[in-house]
Amino acid sequence: MSLQKAEVEKIAHLARISLSEADIPLYTHHLSNILAFVEQMNQIDTASLTPMAHPLDATARLRPDIVSETNQRDHFQTIAPQVEAGLYLVPKVIE
Amino acid sequence: MAWEVVIGLEIHAQLATQSKIFSGAATAYGAPPNTQACAVDLGLPGVLPVLNEAAVKMACKFGLAVGATVATRSVFARKNYFYPDLPKGYQISQYEWPIVQTGQLKIEVDGREKIVGITRAHLEEDAGKSLHEDFHGLSGIDLNRAGTPLLEIVSEPDMRSPKEAIAYMKKLHSLVRYLEICDGNMQEGSFRCDANVSIRPLGQQQLGTRTELKNLNSFRFVERALNVEIERQIELLESGGTVKQETRLYDADKNETRSMRAKEEANDYRYFPDPDLLPLIIEPTFLEQIQTELPELPDQKKQRFMQEYGLSLYDASVLTTSRELAHYFEETVQWSESEAKLCANWIMGDLAAFLNKGNLEIEKSPVSAKQLAGLLRRISDNTISGKIAKPLFEAIWNGEGEADALIEKRGLTQVTDNEAIEKIISEILAQNPEQLQEYRSGKEKLFGFFVGQVMKASKGKANPNQVNELLKKQLTQ
Repeated sequence: MSLQKAEVEKIAHLARISLSEADIPLYTHHLSNILAFVEQMNQIDTASLTPMAHPLDATARLRPDIVSETNQRDHFQTIAPQVEAGLYLVPKVIE
Repeated sequence: MAWEVVIGLEIHAQLATQSKIFSGAATAYGAPPNTQACAVDLGLPGVLPVLNEAAVKMACKFGLAVGATVATRSVFARKNYFYPDLPKGYQISQYEWPIVQTGQLKIEVDGREKIVGITRAHLEEDAGKSLHEDFHGLSGIDLNRAGTPLLEIVSEPDMRSPKEAIAYMKKLHSLVRYLEICDGNMQEGSFRCDANVSIRPLGQQQLGTRTELKNLNSFRFVERALNVEIERQIELLESGGTVKQETRLYDADKNETRSMRAKEEANDYRYFPDPDLLPLIIEPTFLEQIQTELPELPDQKKQRFMQEYGLSLYDASVLTTSRELAHYFEETVQWSESEAKLCANWIMGDLAAFLNKGNLEIEKSPVSAKQLAGLLRRISDNTISGKIAKPLFEAIWNGEGEADALIEKRGLTQVTDNEAIEKIISEILAQNPEQLQEYRSGKEKLFGFFVGQVMKASKGKANPNQVNELLKKQLTQ
């Protein structure tokens, strides 16, 4: 399976990665190779296998419902580019 | 053309845990911005989510209450999208293997019961809040809400009118509060609703193209939004247009819906199992324990109210809407030693009207169950009539005192002395010879006139049953 240029552009957009026009053929090639790999795996008969959601054969441990975190806002906000009135400021996104 | 409306609802219920679903930060509402957002909630590098046991329990409780399958194994997935109130770039949710699968809820519309299917309910984390005003062209982000546990409850497209949708939503709202898994506060966003709505020609099997209405934050808005959206779709199709699959926002001020964005295809979210979280296994013993902790549920309570108190389906449904209301009713019956029907009528009538006017919930009623019972007891033992009880109820509501003291103070004790009533009747008959003549010559309708006159003469204090009886006796003499 080979990807089209438009599909690569869409994937890049979904991942919010900007690709230069010159790089697109290269990425199209790489991504197509990955898909070819997947296609190869699809040939394997997995009817007798249980699908797994995690490579480790372990199950989730739960934590008790207890508030264990304290307010560290000032500490966290020292690395934020911009804050005001306790809020993190970001470029405006509105739908 | 006759159109059929098809509605499915997605309800987000914030689970009433102390801490977040994957971190130990507090979930309390209304804290100063970002004071309850820890490293995990902020999505800082190197942090790992650990699942909150209480959130799992609450989801199980819900599953059991709607007769669903609680999955012995469920899996958390990443739903990828970029939005500043979601700092990780993905929301942890459940996709292919949700914790609650195929349940149902019984609703009641116009005295008819109907089953609405619940497709699934899954656990996920809430996002933060964006504030778009007043930050010099920037948006302010508060991540206190990020990571609050949500149970997203998805219905089948089983509802055929906005009325049914509201009934379903109210029933679910009541259920999560009975189960004490969600406080149901819609103003604070603890219980939010998105609606999928489409129309199709009556009789057609295939579903029409649907639109999704977002964030309808009150029962009233849901109904109004659905009505205008259905109207819009009908007009569109009847004028030869087509409905576009999209997300629409309801504007309450203009009472219209408007396009928000074309609905992204489900696979645009590129869900995949979250490698940070292991599959969640629910042991049968865990579930059995939860089963024993379930309270009496609305439907069970409704049945019991019908059997134990002889209430009608309607009365029993209304009185079991909330646990608090049901409790109030049972207390009133117990304290007043009166007929359950009398208690039901007063709670659903006068009390409900006053609560409504004051925009109060039953928990905030200025008249306690014991106080109402004190009043009803005096109706039951014939001290006062139901009519006289009404202004007394208002006085109790206004804090003027208890029923017995008010009856005493106002001299309202009902006249139950036969002789005294007979005397009034004789006077009335003597004062109205014409009517008496007409009555005796066959105009029996006038009986009511005499009753009215006697009651008036007694200032409403004569016992109406005795008046009827004694009047009949005198008139046939």
